[in-house]
Amino acid sequence: MSAPVSSIREPLILGHKTYHDITEDLVSPTEKAPPLSWIMVFIPAVALLSLGTFAVYWTIYVGIGTWNLNRTINWGWDITNFVWWIGIGHAGTLISAILLLFRQKWRTGVNRAAEAMTIFAVMCAGLFPMIHMGRIWNAMFIFPYPNTRGSLWVNFNSALLWDVFAISTYFTVSLLFWYTGLVPDLATIRDRAKGLRKKIYSFFALGWTGSAKHWQRWEYLALVLAGLATPLVLSVHTIVSFDFATGIVPGWHTTIFPPYFVAGAVFSGFAMVLTLMLIVRKVLHLEQYITIAHIESMNKVILATGSIVGVAYITELFISWYSGYIYEQAAFFNRAFGVYWWSYFGMMFANVVSPQFFWSRKLRRNVTFTFMLSILINIGMWFERFVIIGTTLARDFLPSSWSYYSPTWIEISIYLGTFGLFFTMFLIFARVAPVVAVAEVKHILKTGGDQYVGEDAVKGH
Amino acid sequence: MKNRKDIVYGVYSEEHDIIEAVREARNRGMEIYDVYSPMPIHGLDPVLGLKESRLHIAGFIYGLLGTLTAFLGMTWIFTRDWPIIFGGKPYWAVPSFIPITFELTVLFAAIGMTVSFYVVSGMGFGVDNDVLDVRISDDKFCLAFDNAEVEADEAKQFLQANNAEEILEKTLKA
Repeated sequence: MSAPVSSIREPLILGHKTYHDITEDLVSPTEKAPPLSWIMVFIPAVALLSLGTFAVYWTIYVGIGTWNLNRTINWGWDITNFVWWIGIGHAGTLISAILLLFRQKWRTGVNRAAEAMTIFAVMCAGLFPMIHMGRIWNAMFIFPYPNTRGSLWVNFNSALLWDVFAISTYFTVSLLFWYTGLVPDLATIRDRAKGLRKKIYSFFALGWTGSAKHWQRWEYLALVLAGLATPLVLSVHTIVSFDFATGIVPGWHTTIFPPYFVAGAVFSGFAMVLTLMLIVRKVLHLEQYITIAHIESMNKVILATGSIVGVAYITELFISWYSGYIYEQAAFFNRAFGVYWWSYFGMMFANVVSPQFFWSRKLRRNVTFTFMLSILINIGMWFERFVIIGTTLARDFLPSSWSYYSPTWIEISIYLGTFGLFFTMFLIFARVAPVVAVAEVKHILKTGGDQYVGEDAVKGH
Repeated sequence: MKNRKDIVYGVYSEEHDIIEAVREARNRGMEIYDVYSPMPIHGLDPVLGLKESRLHIAGFIYGLLGTLTAFLGMTWIFTRDWPIIFGGKPYWAVPSFIPITFELTVLFAAIGMTVSFYVVSGMGFGVDNDVLDVRISDDKFCLAFDNAEVEADEAKQFLQANNAEEILEKTLKA
């Protein structure tokens, strides 16, 4: 063997795998009947999806009056959930695109699942603005197409329209990136399959042969798409933040929003990747591919982005005081000590305090602790969006119209329904395609496998 | 042109063995039909004499097309087709066109490049290209010679001398 050996780098693939072992381990879960653990998660996921479907149906049938939004608070759980889900999606693009550009090899263990997560999260997110329109059958009016109304065009100067373009582009590019990465792995499944299964996978594998020229183009495509997706993902949450920042409402009208939203999105996205991958790793027995080293790397990203978010919160407070502008000061006083004080302190604890535990290497490498913290961060980031939307709107310009808002069971059901959609999609994906990128893991075997790098390598070589 | 190709190919298990064999074949001036692998082999392209892909140039052109579509489209709509004043801003409010112009640049480049990739590679939904060996998508690397370019016996001798683990023949529909 002539592969380079390093005793310093931590291995990313454990168990002295060969190429064939990798194929077996990663593809075989799609070839067997679903295990009981899968069914146990799938049933509640579909149940939640059904609940959500009913709630969406009811919203459309009866109208937005089924929600508790009022004249003062006209964005509630719907837009909170929208921003939250979009944020969740960002980790997938960060892992697959930005870490590809930075040549981070550990991305191969988690990129496929994270990209799938991005796509499903954006689908969940897209639902909310659509049903919030009230008349969903006119939803296509948001796209500029020649029409019999004039042609009456959309307002290209509006941040809300920028959002339409940003999110539809983001969804499309993520889908292309994910599917193109998936093609060689679908070919692997095709070549192992027989009968009808072979025919189906043959259709979706697009005629992949593994030719050198195709691999060359495939790598080029991945690289350029990564280069495009990187500014794209930054633009998406920047534009989502413009939905607020271009408004004149005190508490929204701040220039710090774009970087702060992007950092928050990556922060919450990584938390969701960890929540999901720690379960997948356990259920599908992928401990040798998603190692403690992977978890530690992701926790470092959480620590970094969590700290950026913390700095942003404190900067916001400082600037509102330093501005000397009493309405700005009042808005921030209301956030912390107003009617929704509990969501502000929940956010501060979960997003600012909790990631600081990851300064400890021991805790970064502790699976149970990471899992609990990832859920806490998900909750904290939901609170963040609610703080920005709910508390700001509840105390608007006229004290006579100040209001309070809590969701109806319909709104709660729609939110739960998006979890149902997300997990149903993810579970189906885990059954039909490998959740870890097979070809990409093979590609790093000789630089990341534990027979080539790490402490064992020298001894075993 | 006949529409079938008779292929002689050698099977390898290690990247560096097949790279050595490719280098040797090129030194001898033998025409290689193709090299197949379960994942990209880095360092193979220059040895095999593959030219750099022009996909990124196509991507740039598609992107430019997106930029122009978005910017000129919005310009036409807001200055010619239906000018409306929004918030006292000029009709031709260039800064607020930037986000959509950027998004469409990315969208056009990404879709264009992906479609080009599949078209030039002869791939697509339902396309049923012949697979040389089913183990290629698992753990084997194959070096293939077309009988029309290299005599079958010569290819077999070459593969034998260059550490191929197995030497096989297959007819592919071209």
